Amino acid sequence: MEMNDKKLQVSAIKDGTVIDHIPANNLFKVINILNLDKVETQMTFGSNFESKKLGLKAIIKLSDVFFENDDINKIALVAPEAKLNIIKDYNVVEKKIVEVPDSINGIAKCMNPKCITNHEGIVTRFTVVSKKDVAIKCHYCEKITDAEHMEIS
Amino acid sequence: MENKHLISITDYTKEEIFKILDLAEDFEKNPNQNLLNNKVVATLFFEPSTRTRLSFESAISRLGGKYIGFTDASSSSVSKGESVKDTIMTVANYSDMIVMRHPIEGSARWASEVSRVPIVNAGDGANQHPTQTMLDLYSIRKTQGTLDNLNVCFVGDLKYGRTVHSLLQAMAMFNTSYNFVSPKELRIPDEYKLFLDRKVLKYEEHRELDEIIADADIIYMTRIQRERFSDPMEYEKTKNAYVLKNEMLKDTKENMKVLHPLPRVNEIHTNVDENHKAYYFTQALNGVYTRQAIITYILGLK
Repeated sequence: MEMNDKKLQVSAIKDGTVIDHIPANNLFKVINILNLDKVETQMTFGSNFESKKLGLKAIIKLSDVFFENDDINKIALVAPEAKLNIIKDYNVVEKKIVEVPDSINGIAKCMNPKCITNHEGIVTRFTVVSKKDVAIKCHYCEKITDAEHMEIS
Repeated sequence: MENKHLISITDYTKEEIFKILDLAEDFEKNPNQNLLNNKVVATLFFEPSTRTRLSFESAISRLGGKYIGFTDASSSSVSKGESVKDTIMTVANYSDMIVMRHPIEGSARWASEVSRVPIVNAGDGANQHPTQTMLDLYSIRKTQGTLDNLNVCFVGDLKYGRTVHSLLQAMAMFNTSYNFVSPKELRIPDEYKLFLDRKVLKYEEHRELDEIIADADIIYMTRIQRERFSDPMEYEKTKNAYVLKNEMLKDTKENMKVLHPLPRVNEIHTNVDENHKAYYFTQALNGVYTRQAIITYILGLK
């Protein structure tokens, strides 16, 4: 078993996924987006670790959980630098980075107060019009929500 | 079969738009055709818009159809708090097509996802008003003989004017060059400039109306509303700078036409009305033919 990051080694997992480099203040958003409150296997998470890149970062370790790319990419909106380590038999067998997806359903809120999605119980739908500085276009009102105004639930 | 709707002008291809313009031409020659016999069209105006409603009702009547509906939300169950979804699902039971105007943006798209009959968007807040765009395109093609390579000058409130936004998007299919003339506070929003940049189309922004109208094939006037200004002094200072007067048309191109989505307040002086370059009232008449074309196209009757 490798101990390449002694400070963060909360408890090693045999098989599963480690999500690293989550901005500390968005840890619970990531948990919500991935529905981790429903996970029934062992989960460990820690927050406010020092990170050169992010200032303070958080990390989540999930036993026996593996994500589809489409699912994991949803967290790119709140954790664009996140890195995934896929663990099999205590070894990192694959590393992944998240990518902003082409469309986003459900998790973001349209910033237009006059949009129908803010008036009736509708699952929001967006197409991503810019991936670098993330900007998303509402399928309903056709207005653009930029990163600065993006609310993720 | 999936329903055909008209929610946003950008949902339609160039071919579909041409098909509708050709049908409208046919209705102009022969406006009374009993194609909607035994059909019921619902006209749901969640906010009042007399002009658009009358135009639709005229189109339906000339097609021999019946219409049902309401003219503002206070006279309907909406005032009791009914959702758009419930209203649409109910009215879809009573009609073959729903024409709707609603102040909330995206409401027409949402309606099209819950309705079992086709939806025609007659305006959803500041978002889209595609039947207006279609009649604007019809008027431009009719007066210029083509939609290609024209110079279109948009004047007035370019920030909030949805007819401007939809028409500029639609005209982007035809290698248009654009001039935007507006007060500083009502400039064309950046997202539309980015849209034109991506399409590599030429546009210029101006403060003064007489600077560039000599180049225009179409001058598209819009109303400047006092409530759009944060500073009322600014409104008083600028309002007269964007009024089109007859003498200003002297050096404009012979083929040039003045369009306006109406209602006009004072942005086109009444002395323009008699000029053969004034086209806004005929443009409103074209709205009936265009809406006849849209209704029959969507219902598959033409």
